[in-house]
Amino acid sequence: MKLFLTIQREALKRPLIAQVVLETGVLINVERAHIDSNEGWVLIDIPEKDMEQISNRLTELGVEVKKLENAILHDEHECVECGACLSICPQEVFSFDSDFHLVIREERCILCGRCVPACPHQALSIRQ
Amino acid sequence: MEKSIDEINRKIRDGSAVVVTAEDMPDIVSELGEEGALLEVDVVTTGTFGAMCSSGAFLNFGHADPPIRMERVWLNDVEAYAGIAAVDAYIGATQESTTEGINYGGAHVIEDLVSGKQIELRAISKGTDCYPRRTITTDLLLEDLNQAVMVNPRNAYQCYNAATNRSDRTLNTYMGTLLSNNGNISYSGAGLLSPIANDPHLSLIGSGVPIFLGGGRGVIVGEGTQSSPASGFSTLMVSGDLKSMNPEYLRAASITGYGVSLYVGLGIPLPVVNLDVVRNTSVRDEDLITSIVDYGVPRRDRPVVQTVTYAELKSGSVEINGEMIRTSSMSSYSRAKDVALEVKRLVEEGSYTLALPTLRITTEKRSHPMRETKQTPRVREIMNPAVVTITEDESVKTAARKLLKGETNHLPVIDANKKLVGIITTYDVSKSVLLDGDSLKVSEIMSRKVIVITPDEAVDVAAMRLEQHNISALPVVNSEYHVIGILNAVDLGKLFSKRWQS
Repeated sequence: MKLFLTIQREALKRPLIAQVVLETGVLINVERAHIDSNEGWVLIDIPEKDMEQISNRLTELGVEVKKLENAILHDEHECVECGACLSICPQEVFSFDSDFHLVIREERCILCGRCVPACPHQALSIRQ
Repeated sequence: MEKSIDEINRKIRDGSAVVVTAEDMPDIVSELGEEGALLEVDVVTTGTFGAMCSSGAFLNFGHADPPIRMERVWLNDVEAYAGIAAVDAYIGATQESTTEGINYGGAHVIEDLVSGKQIELRAISKGTDCYPRRTITTDLLLEDLNQAVMVNPRNAYQCYNAATNRSDRTLNTYMGTLLSNNGNISYSGAGLLSPIANDPHLSLIGSGVPIFLGGGRGVIVGEGTQSSPASGFSTLMVSGDLKSMNPEYLRAASITGYGVSLYVGLGIPLPVVNLDVVRNTSVRDEDLITSIVDYGVPRRDRPVVQTVTYAELKSGSVEINGEMIRTSSMSSYSRAKDVALEVKRLVEEGSYTLALPTLRITTEKRSHPMRETKQTPRVREIMNPAVVTITEDESVKTAARKLLKGETNHLPVIDANKKLVGIITTYDVSKSVLLDGDSLKVSEIMSRKVIVITPDEAVDVAAMRLEQHNISALPVVNSEYHVIGILNAVDLGKLFSKRWQS
């Protein structure tokens, strides 16, 4: 599962994720990260069973932890199920079922936003 | 054995006609055989739902008081063509709003009208004795118009090329987003459900044939523009009453970096009158072949990467040079199925009888490219052939001397075989002075990634390339990658300003 971490300036100087990996032995996959002078955010993927442990430890270290859910806003009225989004998404979030209806696996989304301009019907947006 | 169209229509009217979609037909023919299928099935319905840019509608507004001869008309700030008498206009799907640009266009005006939304009309005129009024602004609903007739010059392509992009930059095209370096493949068309794919010799599809258009009733006018049946790319010109249509089957789109388009749902029921019809409608996605072409080449004739079937395209990925490349569709197959099923329902209901063409569409025609009497200038014509080059092993000091003497800011760098291997600019040389420039060699400071152009490319392509990479000169290379000239932004600027003035 994916956690969205917001890290304040002070905490940014410390190797927080490496520390948590060493302490817990849980393998954390960093999928995206953005760090500037004031703040940073990191999107990590971890096994579901370790969620509480990782979340608690990061919180103790001063990180704001949010579970990533319903990241993609899909406007079913605008969508015509063309499939323009299918090959654009690096995470293969979008696919067709056997009847060519769109299936969205939101849990795979890493918020890259590439699908948003690729949709001809403006049916996709990313929750901020 | 043959069946007459009258016999089929009689069955439709009394509710006994057997109607199937083109998706079901291949299996029916496999099971019953061709003769058996001809006996069993009366109508095969087809459908497609995709971006059909070449669409629009004639609108009649009625006369105002005092009357105006509208010379220019805007509907929600989208200009409609008004050079047709006083109170008519043609709103084209791809026309963009003067205020909203690509986010709102003619297609959106059409969708809004069909959805029952109010549209603001603005028009201007110079004023005449018979039409004294000079301006008008009014709000209109579809029901306020006397006529609203959709006339789409080019719909229902028989087949369309699939697109990939072998260049190193993501492209925004009418085929959607094409990722760099063969990152994806985009295709369009409903494959085995596609109307003309089920009647490739146009024996049933022709002028006067009733069709399902945008959720309402329409008719085939005849051959579409750009239609090229001899090369397997037939199109249809179609028409229908906008007032009978449904926004479920008419959807405006804004394609990033390209423009506005209208997604149209179009279906044609085909009467199964003989064995030829049985054979043609039993087509499968495996039988329908198209080409994957490289949109990275900005020319009319783009190179074909390979051919592919619709079955492969619909599978989600296609193998190119040993690599599985994912596919995206621009048209909607699930909506195409809805169209074919809706047409099936209408025919089964008994309210939709069929007709054979009143005029056949010729199948011999092949569309040809534009005749250009003034060829667009090529890079060769404006490049500077007296290009000064330098070799990798020479010193930066020599480079500085050449730059000064040649009064240029760019020095292409070549190797011992005269092949282009890099470029240095006055900026690179200045920077190197700060790092002990005297002892450095050209190869140590040059940029190795050189953006180039070939002599036969159009100057317009050169202009786009300079802009995309934010650079001011392009070395011109031949097929051996030898530098034969250099193209400067300044020369290009002079040429363009002259072209627009003349």
